[in-house]
Amino acid sequence: MRLTLGLVTVFAFSVIIFSTFSFLPGDFATEILGQSATKSAVKALRAELGLDKPPVTRYFDWLGNVFQGDFGSSFSGRSKVQGDQGDRSREVVGLIIPRLKNTLFLTGVAAMLAIPLSLILGISAALYRNSYYDRSATGVSLVTVSSPEFFTAYIFILLLATLFPVFPTISTVDETTTLVERFYRTALPVFTLTLITMGHMMRMTRSAIINILSSEYIEMAKLSGASRYEVVVKHALPNAWAPISQVIAINLAYMLIGSVVVEYVFNYQGIGRLMVGSVYNRDLPVVQACALIFASTYVILNLIADLIGIISNPRLLYPK
Amino acid sequence: MSNKSKELLLEMKNIHIDGFSDERWHKILKGVDLTLYRGEILGLIGESGAGKSTMGKAAMGYTQPGCKIVRGEINFNGIDLAKLTEFEKRKIWGTKISYVAQSAAASFNPAHRLMDQTISAANRLKLNPTDALKKDAVQLYESLQLPDAENIGDRYPHQVSGGQLQRIMTAMAMSPRPELIIFDEPTTALDVTTQVEVLSAMRSIVDKFNTAAIYITHDLAVVAQMADRIKVLRYGEEVEEAETRDMLSNPKEEYTKSLWSVRSLIKPEETNQDYILSIKNIDAAYGSSKVLHNVSIDIPKGKTVAIVGESGSGKSTTARVITGLLPQIKGEIIFDGKKLSPKLEQRSKEELRKIQIIFQMPDTAMNPRQTVDEIIGRPIEFYQGIKGKEREAKVIELLKMIELDETFLDRLPSELSGGQKQRICIARALAANPDLIICDEVTSALDQIVQEGILKLLQKLQKELGVTYIFITHDIATVKAISDEIVVMYQGEVVEQGLKSKILNPPHPDYTELLLSSVPEMDPDWLTNLLNKRSS
Repeated sequence: MRLTLGLVTVFAFSVIIFSTFSFLPGDFATEILGQSATKSAVKALRAELGLDKPPVTRYFDWLGNVFQGDFGSSFSGRSKVQGDQGDRSREVVGLIIPRLKNTLFLTGVAAMLAIPLSLILGISAALYRNSYYDRSATGVSLVTVSSPEFFTAYIFILLLATLFPVFPTISTVDETTTLVERFYRTALPVFTLTLITMGHMMRMTRSAIINILSSEYIEMAKLSGASRYEVVVKHALPNAWAPISQVIAINLAYMLIGSVVVEYVFNYQGIGRLMVGSVYNRDLPVVQACALIFASTYVILNLIADLIGIISNPRLLYPK
Repeated sequence: MSNKSKELLLEMKNIHIDGFSDERWHKILKGVDLTLYRGEILGLIGESGAGKSTMGKAAMGYTQPGCKIVRGEINFNGIDLAKLTEFEKRKIWGTKISYVAQSAAASFNPAHRLMDQTISAANRLKLNPTDALKKDAVQLYESLQLPDAENIGDRYPHQVSGGQLQRIMTAMAMSPRPELIIFDEPTTALDVTTQVEVLSAMRSIVDKFNTAAIYITHDLAVVAQMADRIKVLRYGEEVEEAETRDMLSNPKEEYTKSLWSVRSLIKPEETNQDYILSIKNIDAAYGSSKVLHNVSIDIPKGKTVAIVGESGSGKSTTARVITGLLPQIKGEIIFDGKKLSPKLEQRSKEELRKIQIIFQMPDTAMNPRQTVDEIIGRPIEFYQGIKGKEREAKVIELLKMIELDETFLDRLPSELSGGQKQRICIARALAANPDLIICDEVTSALDQIVQEGILKLLQKLQKELGVTYIFITHDIATVKAISDEIVVMYQGEVVEQGLKSKILNPPHPDYTELLLSSVPEMDPDWLTNLLNKRSS
């Protein structure tokens, strides 16, 4: 049921993505051939790229290919010189996969840092509610949530690259970069992504637990002699997984989208940069593919969160 | 009782507890004393706000968040709990003193299996291995007459019924063999027929292990079955304390007598054949689960028909069908000689005006941001088109009818007491000038004395206005107090309908017999006699 709903969502996204980009002003053919191009040249290129077909036909052609794992060919790889017959067009898939790996590496590391940290901070803030620790943690998290990612990124550059040159400002990596080197080079973008998502996750963990702490079974647990730690970890946390996993899903998706900006700032070869570059070049197949990947990730993450919500709730797992 | 030792277990002296709400400290308990001997059961009774629950928790040295013990000693086994730190008290909680809460459904952690919760406190002591504790728990389940005692512990709280949960909670309290158990209104949320089972199970197990207990309730008849001694609290002070039998036969204070005044309120029955409302062969369902089966009820004009039954019997659903909130899937409703359309949207304004409903919880039935004037004024304007000065005069007239006055006009629901709120809800129903008012458990959330006031008011209004009531309730005392006719419902079907005297007097159908015999009486031997009678 949820799975079909997820598929429908992705499908709806694909329609939106396709139509949005199709109706964008500007046209790849005019873009590469220049303002002075003859009408027939533009027409020929459009025909070659299939841009002359009606949008609906193009959409279903594209969708059909996507189902077979073929995202089409990039526009911009092809020859700009007329008459050159060598096919230099590049497959979108081949273009995206290494970039996607890089982005997943970046967000994966950031997630592995951000999720445990925000859980620990959130739980301990709930445990010592209204203490100075709690107040400063929630206060600071509000600041990090409210700062835009480029701002956070530049603050990190200022602190950790310029004033105290510990990490590099440019996070360029390629296939030859070793793992240790990768960690080192991506430190600042990882920190940025961690910081912008951690605040939200931590605050929601805290409030989910505090919410549960006021329920009757918590008072009952206290009256049966459970310690403070036991109350929070054994009695409150198992009932908080559903809301917490939802927030984590949203933040992981946000992290992926945030990587568009962060990758640009740190010149990291991820899918976000690729997408920005492709929008600039009106390279529709690439943009569409990136957008679809972002959308599906969002849907998949939410599905996982729903699943955790079901698994952690005996009421849904074991019927009456 | 005489065979119990006079060894002191708990002595609370001059307990003062303050609570913080509305930006200031209030006194909740104003110097109450309490003594309890080993193996003895003390009943603590009073209305809501009397401080009985606070007193019960204070016996453990616990106060709810936002409350504090200002003064007083709590000597338990020679240790003053008021002086202990949280850490030290935790060693006593759950093991030496355990607690049974009012709502077992809300007090069990939904994420853990019942067995794990039952033995968690005893497990903390580390005196016995887990296996032995589990075995003991199964034995406790058995002696509490739980079905499938072997396996019921593997279930989650949502998989067992409320009455079973309450017994499992008693097993949980008993598992570490405490010296004292605090029962905090343990049967209030249960149906009467379930209450009997739970009461007898709790009584026999407390007896078996000779555990001392404090039994908190607002129901004198219930406490009479359980307690050796009864202490009455009011406004955070002690009213009186006496041995159970003395208290029942000879209450000294006026207040104690008034606690069962509703039970003395009896209305002479009258009826007629002029039916204002007849529902015929009604079936109704929520989604795919059918909840009403072929229900037919006749309501005589200007009289009161009480619909009684336990939770899940379909009494409130019947009300929803009559009002059109839940269209029936079969059958018809005849109101004032005309057929009513099942759907609310298809009924005329006049038809809507003639049938009004009053709900159980006045707190949630009123918009918290509207003043009394707006709440009562709107139906006047909506149904009768009266505006401005005339409307205000009408609102004041209604306020007088419900024994309030114009000083209430600008108040918000939050500035009213529970009884006053329910009166405003009655006035709102009257504002439509209806022919029929459905009262859905309107007194269930109120204290005994307030209940009496509301019931008297409803009777007075019926005499003055000739309005017809359908009175939905699970409380037999209320039924005796207000009804002309009674309809008994069970599992979505009508068991019987008839004059009050006919229904309340034998011979009964089996279910009516069970229901009526389960209503606790002011006789300390009632439960014992009932159990003897049922087992024979």
